Amino acid sequence: MKIKSQRDFWSGLMFIVIGIAFAWGSTAANFGASPRLGAAYFPFGLAILLALLGALVLFKSLTIEADGGDPIGAWAWRPLLIIIAAVALFGWAISHLGLFIALPLLVTGSALAGNEFRWKDALINCMVLTLGSWATFVWRLKLAIPLWPTFLST
Amino acid sequence: MDLLNNLALGFGAAFTAQNLLCAFFGSVLGTLIGVLPGLGPVATIAMLLPSIYSLDATPALIMLATVYCGARHGHARATVAAAGLGSFFAGSVGALVLAICSPPLVALAFQFGPAEYFSLTVLVLIGTVVLGSGSLIKAIAMMVLGLLLGQLNSDLAAAVPRFSFQLPELSRGVGFVSMVVGMFGLGRIVIQLGMPAQARDRLTQDLRGAWPTLEDIQAITPAVIRGTALGSVLGVLPGGGVLLASFAADSVEKRAPPGEVTWGIDHGRAVAGHESANAAALQTSFVPLLTLGLPTNVVMALILGAMTIKGIEPGPQLMAANPQLFWGLIASMSLGQLILLALNLPPIGLWRRLLAVPYRWLFPGVTVVCCIGLYTLDQSGVGIYLGAFFALVGYVFHKLGCEPAPLLLGYLLGPMLEQHLQHALQLSSGDWGTFVAHPLSAGLLVAAALLAVLAILPSIRARRELAFQEQG
Repeated sequence: MKIKSQRDFWSGLMFIVIGIAFAWGSTAANFGASPRLGAAYFPFGLAILLALLGALVLFKSLTIEADGGDPIGAWAWRPLLIIIAAVALFGWAISHLGLFIALPLLVTGSALAGNEFRWKDALINCMVLTLGSWATFVWRLKLAIPLWPTFLST
Repeated sequence: MDLLNNLALGFGAAFTAQNLLCAFFGSVLGTLIGVLPGLGPVATIAMLLPSIYSLDATPALIMLATVYCGARHGHARATVAAAGLGSFFAGSVGALVLAICSPPLVALAFQFGPAEYFSLTVLVLIGTVVLGSGSLIKAIAMMVLGLLLGQLNSDLAAAVPRFSFQLPELSRGVGFVSMVVGMFGLGRIVIQLGMPAQARDRLTQDLRGAWPTLEDIQAITPAVIRGTALGSVLGVLPGGGVLLASFAADSVEKRAPPGEVTWGIDHGRAVAGHESANAAALQTSFVPLLTLGLPTNVVMALILGAMTIKGIEPGPQLMAANPQLFWGLIASMSLGQLILLALNLPPIGLWRRLLAVPYRWLFPGVTVVCCIGLYTLDQSGVGIYLGAFFALVGYVFHKLGCEPAPLLLGYLLGPMLEQHLQHALQLSSGDWGTFVAHPLSAGLLVAAALLAVLAILPSIRARRELAFQEQG
């Protein structure tokens, strides 16, 4: 069978998988009878509905012709992975290395995700954003953010 | 007069130093991000959400609301200086409509029982999907997914954690702020970076540095009044609201008698009609949120989320329980119109030209604000990791052509829907007929069903898709 809309095919599949996962997960809670609905009643119904809708999307993607196969298109792997990695790294670094190290790491890291990276620009951006964030969030708004690595401040 | 008293109370609240500052800051920031490439009101409000923890409820909501108004203004195709005046007029009328319509609606809402609320929520959800953009079935599926994600918290009555996946962080529910910042803030960056640069840096603001002449104003006045009327009415509807109003104004202006005007003024009239409808609808789209606690688009959903963060219960009791906030917000939005008019006056409006910053300078700053915001949520990395995860989710949704807006509405309205359903069934001792037995509830359900059927009809579906293509 030929897939007529790539996007719909994969999103239909996604909805079905998530729906079944939620339906399976909700069976762990009790259902209850109609007057007093148990914890599982509402989510179970919704999960089944989601799976059915997913099946409908999937069915449509296999039967109804879409423009040029409605391809998903190229994935922007580079920005996707770099941004996620830079953000996750910041999550670790902010509490261990402090703002003045974690923030330049985040700025340089995420700048790498763009297709026109220049060291000079990245360094200027680092300085401006780090000082700006310090002034706004720590100095003015007085948010409790560690500034230096933990081994220095103790 | 009641209205005058209420407005006096509102302006009294709006004219405190902090609230004025927030309205001004919100308007400036909104205008900025409306001009800057790659940022929209949704992403900006998402970025600002964590920072409202350090503000009081009223200034926080004033700031978010004025950012939204400002972003629309900044983004406006300000080819005609007079259109700015039209927007100002329409926005002020919209705010007045909001002030006049809210009290009777609140009085009506107090008559609602759980069955009526359930049906009304269903109507809003279906209306949002039908009048929103993108594929209909996928939008409904996204909404159901949002309802399910809203279930990730504890059952309201029993307080039993559901679906906690053995993660204690998740038993409190998927962090709303992490989800929003991840999908609409960080996820958008990935989407933008995946686009070719030309599509991204579309800063083609053709700003004319001239004052509008008397003829200009005369030429656009009828269009402005038509747009204002259309926008004020259509803005209240769930879903499109703002979008729908601009379409309607466009088609009205296309059909309006051209008279003996040159193309230039004619074009100006169309722009003025579009902008006025937009500005008025934006104000009246606050009506369902402020009177019923029901958001009708993504921005309203974010503002509802902000209310919940600040411990304010949205709904009909808001006006009586928190008049300072209610009327202060309305008054600040009218003040915001004045600030925006001043910011966009022709000679001053040119400052926006200085902002032709390329996106590569901009997005690291966006990640910084998102990440610091997520960190201050709980002073641990968990919020940030969740944000990174939702950036991935947001990108996958984008690639698969699934709109995230219905998901967010479903997530916010899900717990309410379940609560109303449970209450209604308890009152009727388990009889599902209760939703049809109450005439108002039955009427709302019929309206919801009609909307759904209408959307499926081939002729309307074709027109709906055409409309979104034009818009996209």
